[in-house]
Amino acid sequence: MRRSMLFIPGNTPNLLINGGFLGADALIFDLEDAVSPDEKDAARILVRNIMKYMDLRGCETIVRINSIDTDYWKADLEQIMPRKPGWIMLPKTGCAADVLTADAEISRWEERLGMEPNTVRLMPLIETALGVENAFAIASASKRVGAIFLGAEDLTADLRCKRTKGGAEIDYARSRMVMAARAAEVDVYDTPFTDVNDDEGIRTDAEYAKSLGFTGKASISPRHVGVINEVFSPSMKDIKYAYEVMDAIRLAHEQGRGAIALHGKMIDAPIVARAQQTIAMAEEMGVGKAVQHEE
Amino acid sequence: MKNNKVVSSLAEAIRLSGLKDGMTVSFHHHLRNGDHVLNMVMEEIAQMGIRDLTVNASSLFDIHAPLLRHIENGVVTHLKTNYMAGGIGRAISSGILADPVEFRTHGGRPSDIELGRTPIDVAFIAAPTSDPMGNCSGKYGKSACGSLGYAFPDAMNARQVVVITDNLVAYPMLDWSIPETYVDYVVAVDAIGDPSGIVSGTTRITRDPVGLVMADRAAQVIRHSGLLKDGFSFQTGAGGASLAAAKYLRDIMLREKIHGSFGSGGITGYLVDMLNDGCFESLMDVQCFDLKAVESIRTNPRHQEISASHYASPSARSAVVDSLDVVILGATEIDTDFNVNVHTDSNGSIMGGSGGHSDTAAGAKLSMIIAPMFRARMPIITDRVKCISTPGRDIDVLVTQGGIAVNPKNQELLLRLKDAGLPVVDIHDLKEMVERTTGTPAPAREGGRVVANVIYRDGTLLDTIRSVPAK
Repeated sequence: MRRSMLFIPGNTPNLLINGGFLGADALIFDLEDAVSPDEKDAARILVRNIMKYMDLRGCETIVRINSIDTDYWKADLEQIMPRKPGWIMLPKTGCAADVLTADAEISRWEERLGMEPNTVRLMPLIETALGVENAFAIASASKRVGAIFLGAEDLTADLRCKRTKGGAEIDYARSRMVMAARAAEVDVYDTPFTDVNDDEGIRTDAEYAKSLGFTGKASISPRHVGVINEVFSPSMKDIKYAYEVMDAIRLAHEQGRGAIALHGKMIDAPIVARAQQTIAMAEEMGVGKAVQHEE
Repeated sequence: MKNNKVVSSLAEAIRLSGLKDGMTVSFHHHLRNGDHVLNMVMEEIAQMGIRDLTVNASSLFDIHAPLLRHIENGVVTHLKTNYMAGGIGRAISSGILADPVEFRTHGGRPSDIELGRTPIDVAFIAAPTSDPMGNCSGKYGKSACGSLGYAFPDAMNARQVVVITDNLVAYPMLDWSIPETYVDYVVAVDAIGDPSGIVSGTTRITRDPVGLVMADRAAQVIRHSGLLKDGFSFQTGAGGASLAAAKYLRDIMLREKIHGSFGSGGITGYLVDMLNDGCFESLMDVQCFDLKAVESIRTNPRHQEISASHYASPSARSAVVDSLDVVILGATEIDTDFNVNVHTDSNGSIMGGSGGHSDTAAGAKLSMIIAPMFRARMPIITDRVKCISTPGRDIDVLVTQGGIAVNPKNQELLLRLKDAGLPVVDIHDLKEMVERTTGTPAPAREGGRVVANVIYRDGTLLDTIRSVPAK
């Protein structure tokens, strides 16, 4: 379950050691934009040591390395790969070839370290007009790609438009990304909401992203994590309904019936698939059994 | 004397007050780390050859470091205070005073003064404005500090009262805090303080993301406590995370249209904003922390100055703290029985004091500690705090970035927070969680002689602080 992904600058020791306590499902240790060129070395070593020594309390680790058009990305991998990160985030991914370049280097490291191929997943960060147009090609370029992630700040700069709270300027990119990801059968993550003091705004933005089909959302503020988790979690009502669906299906099978209705509505394959996803998530959240027990 | 209490110099006022060896002088701390009065008075006293004095100061800041010289020279042999900043604290912890410092609380101090347990021979009142007969106020003048709340019991009970001002105005000064009826002498000086040190540097909301997470959780705890409704009363300290919690609480109160009763304590601009936004009907102010608070107490009749006794005295017939719903407090350490240390650092060296901590914790319906799980690699949750400043029986909940620990004595709160889906954790589990990150620190060296007694607000001895060798 990866509803929220929290960015933590790779050069902020206090935030890095607190990462595991902030409620995010995944932590993005950032070696790219948050770190100035003269601090790249220090950040790499700091992030490496955090991954080596700190108890991150079950949070997934994602490391945003520098983009493949810089001199830094290979040195990033050299420090990070031995720590076996869950994911590498590849910024400014513009096309499938970018994915393959990173994929080849990660594969070399996996081999050198005796890791199973594709242990380390790749999450291309799509933040250019070219990247958006190539979203499906990127998402399906390699088995290593497990998710794609929209970065709206750089994208709107590339589009030469203003980034607004309403987000009309990224509507196309959002829809295109979701479509591409689902077609390629990978997860898709929405861009952070950057006004850390707008409590209503983050909720509205996260709810909108969920309504479009995003798997989850990234955040630059620990304060947004709770809202994101809440929005991208199934509600108690959803969970209860999912169990009802599965009970109804079981009953249909027992009775040898091909189709069954619940609350006057036919249960079809997509409804069953959604119910299974909801139950899987509820069980991961530790609330599935409680709701079932209530039943 | 009949029509004018102004004397020519501070030395003359001290002479006229009859101060002699072995007596007690008192000071208040509204000028905080910008205060010149304690230093100028003690320097004059030292030059006059008076020795073996007790200094009873409501708080001591590092600007008062010259006091250490007077201790070494035998001018000062006893200290009573409610708070001591780290610079002075380290010297006291190293054992420069033969007799232990007496730490009281902001409520215990006036109570003991009024009950005659700690009599004062001469009180020196730092007054940003006074008239020649001693009607004085903190609201006006170049050194304006707002409320003079902590000075009231000194003025009302000392054998002699000397007002020291840098803004002498014509008689009668209206809107006084302390009336002439209590004042014996008035001394005019060039400056009673440095305005840049009078206004606290800590009244800014934290920008630390971890602090903001804690503040957010603190506001949610209040929201789900059952106490946040019309008539709500609230106090918070001036620490960055506490102020952020106040800001988030304000957002909730405005969104849910909750009209509170009062905010109290040391007042910051954030509480003033809440008053002006309609979150509270009034502010009860014993001390102003920033210029916005000073401006507000001067101009807004709903922003009321109160004395230290009215604020927190346990022997008063009632005090403001007794009507508090929620107080947010800090901690340098908290143990698994919820006892809180705000007197020493993790090595046992003095770096603070109760101030109003244990008074508000005893009075408020919900006493919340907000603190990070660790500071500079040291966990704040321990098996036993180095010094009990506030007993755990008065603490309801600890809010950290890693979770919220509720004192088992408050089962109702525990259920409410769990129902609200807040991340409630047993304090023992929280301690283990922290130690998985920080490791378990080696115990600080124990021993040494007692350098301070921590006296609870009712006058009983709560704990002792032992010496720590100077580095």
